[in-house]
Amino acid sequence: MHSVVCIKQVPDSAQIRVHPVTNTIMRQGVPAIVNPYDLFALEEALRLRDQLGGRVTVISMGPTQAEVALRKALSLGADDAILVTDKAFAGADTLATSYALAAAIRQIGKELPVDLVFTGKQTIDGDTAQVGPGIARRMGLQLLTYVSRIVEVAPERREIVVERRAEGGVQVLQTRLPCLITMLEDSNRMRFGSLPDALRAARQEVRHWDKTAAGIEDVTKIGLKGSPTIVSKVFTPSPRAEKAEMIAIEDGSPADLAAALLGRIAARFPGVEKELAQRA
Amino acid sequence: MIERFDAIVVGAGPAGNAATYTLAKSGLHVLQIERGETAGAKNVQGAILYADALERLIPEFRDEAPLERHIIEQRMWVMDDESYIGTHFRSDEFNKPPHNRYTIIRAKFDKWFSKKVREAGALVINETTVTELLRDDRGKVIGVRTDRAGGDLHADVVILADGVNSTLARKAGFRPEIEPKHVALAVKEIHFMPRDTIESRFNIHKGEGVVIEMLGKITQGMMGTGFLYTNGDSVSIGIGCMLSDLMAQKTTPYELLERMKAHPSIRPLIQGGEMKEYAAHLIPEGGYHAIPQVFGDGWLIAGDSGMFVNAVHREGSNLAMTTGRIAAETVAELFKAGQPMTAANLAEYRRRLDDSFVMKDLMKYKDLPDIFHANKQFLTTYPELLNRSAYTMLRVDGVDKLSKEREIFADFRDKRSLFGLLGDAFKLWRAFR
Ligand SMILES: Cc1cc2nc3c(=O)[nH]c(=O)nc-3n(C[C@H](O)[C@H](O)[C@H](O)COP(=O)(O)OP(=O)(O)OC[C@H]3O[C@@H](n4cnc5c(N)ncnc54)[C@H](O)[C@@H]3O)c2cc1C
Repeated sequence: MHSVVCIKQVPDSAQIRVHPVTNTIMRQGVPAIVNPYDLFALEEALRLRDQLGGRVTVISMGPTQAEVALRKALSLGADDAILVTDKAFAGADTLATSYALAAAIRQIGKELPVDLVFTGKQTIDGDTAQVGPGIARRMGLQLLTYVSRIVEVAPERREIVVERRAEGGVQVLQTRLPCLITMLEDSNRMRFGSLPDALRAARQEVRHWDKTAAGIEDVTKIGLKGSPTIVSKVFTPSPRAEKAEMIAIEDGSPADLAAALLGRIAARFPGVEKELAQRA
Repeated sequence: MIERFDAIVVGAGPAGNAATYTLAKSGLHVLQIERGETAGAKNVQGAILYADALERLIPEFRDEAPLERHIIEQRMWVMDDESYIGTHFRSDEFNKPPHNRYTIIRAKFDKWFSKKVREAGALVINETTVTELLRDDRGKVIGVRTDRAGGDLHADVVILADGVNSTLARKAGFRPEIEPKHVALAVKEIHFMPRDTIESRFNIHKGEGVVIEMLGKITQGMMGTGFLYTNGDSVSIGIGCMLSDLMAQKTTPYELLERMKAHPSIRPLIQGGEMKEYAAHLIPEGGYHAIPQVFGDGWLIAGDSGMFVNAVHREGSNLAMTTGRIAAETVAELFKAGQPMTAANLAEYRRRLDDSFVMKDLMKYKDLPDIFHANKQFLTTYPELLNRSAYTMLRVDGVDKLSKEREIFADFRDKRSLFGLLGDAFKLWRAFR
């Protein structure tokens, strides 16, 4: 099994702010992390390798600093890391990014055929969830989004069975390899890499691929030129803070307080009492 | 198979980075292990960088390191509740390159230092905690165990630069438990504000910085100090007191910091800033008498782990870099001479420390912690008296100056008696001589 996992270095959104005056995202000084959703994809790929043998290659498109994210993936156990980096890629939207990554994954496939491509469900800085499907479409791969569990992979039959979260339930899907999987959060728990992995990550070279090495054929499809998306507005949604209501009673027991609380809830949401009674 | 290195350094603070850098530059096969996600991720500092110690390692650091401002003015404030009396020293000499002291933000600075360490040829791994020192049957340290699977490594020598807590040294029995009277607990906040605001508030130009050190009533009689430093577009403010004092008074440094920020002389300096970082950390301030054994069979201790901090001058990182460098130089020379890393050979480290400013300075102030501990008046009564005297002298109210002087003198005598005043003067001289 050869899995390619696409990861992205993103600013830690927990620490991001929107500038109060200019309304632009202030990226300065915000620590960079591996997009948390991608780690579920990486862990799943590592598990398949441990189970069935093979290799895990991680790939990222981004500036040279993104090498840190790839090194992190190596220390978690990935076998090989490739950074697709070129000034020509700057300003890429999801369309241009998926074009570039698809080209690079094809190049990886020339070294060793690829059975599975993984991405996270979405990124925390763009939240589009478009790059995974974009790669699948361009490479003609079967697409399995929002996968919560890989039930079975049968390399000899070239088959895979997964569980996919869907509205109101879980779908069990079977398809053929190669395919692309976007992994759902909380589908597994990221491992803590071993010491040999940590040492290897510190030593190993992260390969840098420019647009030629990445096999880009049409330069009008990458970077800003290949990006039709326009961000027309960025804004901070106003917080949906509702005022808390204080319920005070004098010298009451906890039971009195609970009764007062229920009374207030019933008064505020008239239907609740009836509904609860019905269900009980 | 267990991998083998010439040397392993635990920790990527200033001590560990200085040691690893020196070892790698000497051509040793060295591994540095840091538990934080990146170097500096767990470090907290005010922070002032003293150029000298770093310059001895990386002469060209000024062109590359992330420095905030060079310091041109030092203020020393003796605080009463609503006022301060103090000295300011500002000199254009400090504006002439090469500059002598800088403010830095440790998280950024440590990352840069770590990059230099890697470029020098050391192997660096992060997010890895050393849990134990490996020893042979005769007790010689032969390597480390980490919290990762397959986590044992061997080395001829291990340098412990693991900071003030040094669980490793304590577990191995190299160092006693930390005594609350030997460490200060400090808290610090960084408040962000525009550069122009900082420059106009502190009367400085681009690149210039101011440092304010404070003592007196802000620590409520406990032994400790406060500080405020100007960074590029932020101000660091913090306060620390001896842990034993905080425990006895049942207060927290956080409460002290809140009070300090509300002081009428301090509040306007940080007003309007956005607080972005809050951190608490121990500082080993026990001085000379608190320094443990710093070498043994197969091991050395450098930096905070060895309690190398000069609390009087607020010097820590430079002592860390210097002890780290000297430890590494000692190891590298033994290595080149083909000598084993025995306690007898590594004793050279302590001899070199004794000859350096590190031990000489700590020796000079060796009695200071005890004297201040036993004489709280230096931090309460005197700051109050000094502030009151200034107020009395400067208020124009129809009372003649001679009477005012008498009033002030009577005030001092009431509070401390003549004999007490003389005694205090003697003690101060002893503490600082
Ligand atoms: C609020 C405050 C303000 C200060 N201001 C100044 C100042 O202005 N100027 C100055 O010179 N000094 C100042 N100091 C002191 C200075 O920060 C320290 O003296 C200095 O950081 C000591 O360096 P070190 O390398 O010995 O330890 P540290 O910087 O503490 O580094 C130790 C490193 O070891 C790592 N580590 C610990 N245990 C393990 C383990 N088991 N395995 C792996 N890694 C481990 C830690 O994560 C850490 O990164 C200040 C300190 C504080 C708390």
